[in-house]
Amino acid sequence: MIFPDAIQIADSTIRLATPLLLACLAGLFSERSGVFDIGLEGKMLVAAFFSAAVAAVTGSVWLGLGAGVAAAMAFALIHAVASITFRGDQLISGVAINFLAAGMTVLIAQDWFEQGSRTPALTGAARFAPIRLPGADALSEVPLIGPFYADVLSGHTILVYAGLLAVPATWYILFRTRFGLRLRAVGENPAAVDTAGISVARLRFSAVLICGLLCGLAGAYLATGLAAGFTKDMTAGRGFIALAALIFAKWRPWYALGSCLLFGFLQAVSNRYSTIDLGLFEIPNAFVLALPYILTVVILAGFVGRAVPPRAGGEPYVKER
Amino acid sequence: MELALTFEGDTHLMNILGRMMPALALAALPAGAALAEPGLIIDLGGKFDKSFNESAYTGAQRWVEETGGDYMETELASEAQREQTMRRLAERGANPVVVLGFANASTLEAVAPDYPETTFVIVDSVVEHPNVQSIMFSEHEGSYLVGMMAAMASDSNTVSFVGGMDVPLIRKFACGYAQGAKATDEEVEVLVNMTGTTPAAWNDPVKGGELTRSQIGQGSDVVFAAAGGTGVGVLQAAADEGILAIGVDSNQNYLHPGTMLTSMVKRVDNAVYDAFEAAEAGNLQTGVQVKDLENQGVGYAMDQFNADLVSDEMTEAVETAKDRIIAGEIEVHDYTEDDSCPAIEF
Repeated sequence: MIFPDAIQIADSTIRLATPLLLACLAGLFSERSGVFDIGLEGKMLVAAFFSAAVAAVTGSVWLGLGAGVAAAMAFALIHAVASITFRGDQLISGVAINFLAAGMTVLIAQDWFEQGSRTPALTGAARFAPIRLPGADALSEVPLIGPFYADVLSGHTILVYAGLLAVPATWYILFRTRFGLRLRAVGENPAAVDTAGISVARLRFSAVLICGLLCGLAGAYLATGLAAGFTKDMTAGRGFIALAALIFAKWRPWYALGSCLLFGFLQAVSNRYSTIDLGLFEIPNAFVLALPYILTVVILAGFVGRAVPPRAGGEPYVKER
Repeated sequence: MELALTFEGDTHLMNILGRMMPALALAALPAGAALAEPGLIIDLGGKFDKSFNESAYTGAQRWVEETGGDYMETELASEAQREQTMRRLAERGANPVVVLGFANASTLEAVAPDYPETTFVIVDSVVEHPNVQSIMFSEHEGSYLVGMMAAMASDSNTVSFVGGMDVPLIRKFACGYAQGAKATDEEVEVLVNMTGTTPAAWNDPVKGGELTRSQIGQGSDVVFAAAGGTGVGVLQAAADEGILAIGVDSNQNYLHPGTMLTSMVKRVDNAVYDAFEAAEAGNLQTGVQVKDLENQGVGYAMDQFNADLVSDEMTEAVETAKDRIIAGEIEVHDYTEDDSCPAIEF
């Protein structure tokens, strides 16, 4: 009985971790370049809405995905202009984006579809269908590895695989390319980058736009992959959990994968068991759900390793005159 | 249909005006004519939520069609607007003022005494004040019937329930459902999950879907969603995975024809219609009104979308149980009476 349970929880973990992972990597790009972003939630929400709305109208999930990504990038651009060009407070701009997204999506949804701030339910080609990985059926009979490959790795939508591939891609871009080196440098010491004759603003703009792109994928996955349409506030705090995962991962891509899988796993477990019986005592469900935040606080307090944010994070760059 | 005026004013002055208004109206109109238009405040969740609020709106529309009357309607956009909106409708002379949902209870307790000439109607909660009609639904009885259907339709002997926010009202649904399922078959297993403990739990279809998949993983093949917007995700996951689902409040059978076993309908539309009509006739009773199986306040939905899924045997069993509940031979326990449930642990 334990093994099938484990397979189902692992399967659920991957589904729940994917939106966190995409949003976490989005935050990683932005914050590594020195722009804090608590607007991940808002960007996911607009992406969720526009992907579902366009998919519902056109019947094509790909057009929906495009619209969702475009909307999230437009919001990222607002954040970039406010916090890089006009040197505004990055936290305030992020909060504003969250509010704007929460209000705007509901208003437009009501105006377009008149279904109580929802989009119509998506069917057929307007949703991402699960993909059966090659050989999944053949391998499913093999003990241990078979069910793991067939039921856990296989059978997800394409955005799950995109999310998993985004981890090595992020690592490669940040740590093996010139762009990545400069991007990290601009988050630690923008003055040095500026001295080298590289535009701080342009680097930060590109990082924030990449952040928008990844948030767009995360939001589209929620509305067109996991659910079948948009409902108001459907991100339900996932943008903030992703932020916690980013801190937990100490702003590193592979650690981000680990922390998102851990947080996804905690959600999957709490969905599965209402209380966890450890023999001597029981752990209530609410505690498991709160664990991501508790762990993040523990990490931030420096009990387990140290999480050091990018040194220039949160500060607008002002050239000396 | 009119929308409430949107002007802010000194509330004290507004209260005085509000008290004068019915008197002025009384003086101006000839005796015997309708004194005021009824008012309806659509709650958070929205007019077209496919569920609770939409049902109330449908009832009001039916009243308009049948009587040719007019009513005032306004929709809450946030928690903070409750008091303001209630006062505004009362001050504009709406009578009765119908508010939807238990979340209005504390606000109404404060507002109702200020407008003694206005009758308020609250759905889903009891406010004890001489000018308030409180409408309570026997959700446990309706849930009992759909629980029986779930247990009969299940091949795996496991049925499940996904609730929205973990509040006593939702436990009342779950408890009735579990009692119905266990009454049909003592051995049947009932899995219960709540989406969360904050209002965000009403709008998380992704988590609803994930909870459903987890229940399917544990063997469930019939799921009952009483979870507002989260329920959309539950019904979708059930349709995707090919198990049966039961909707709530409004008739949701049409959402996924072929996998919707039935819906536990709560006739909020009838409640609103009756309140409007009684007010027009001048005999709106205050105090607590219970809408149950007997007066068709709750029930299970049958239509062309689920006719093939419900066998004659099922209909017969459910109809028998319904008659016996009405006759008082079957006592369905109401969770909210003593915060406990004989059929299931929370």
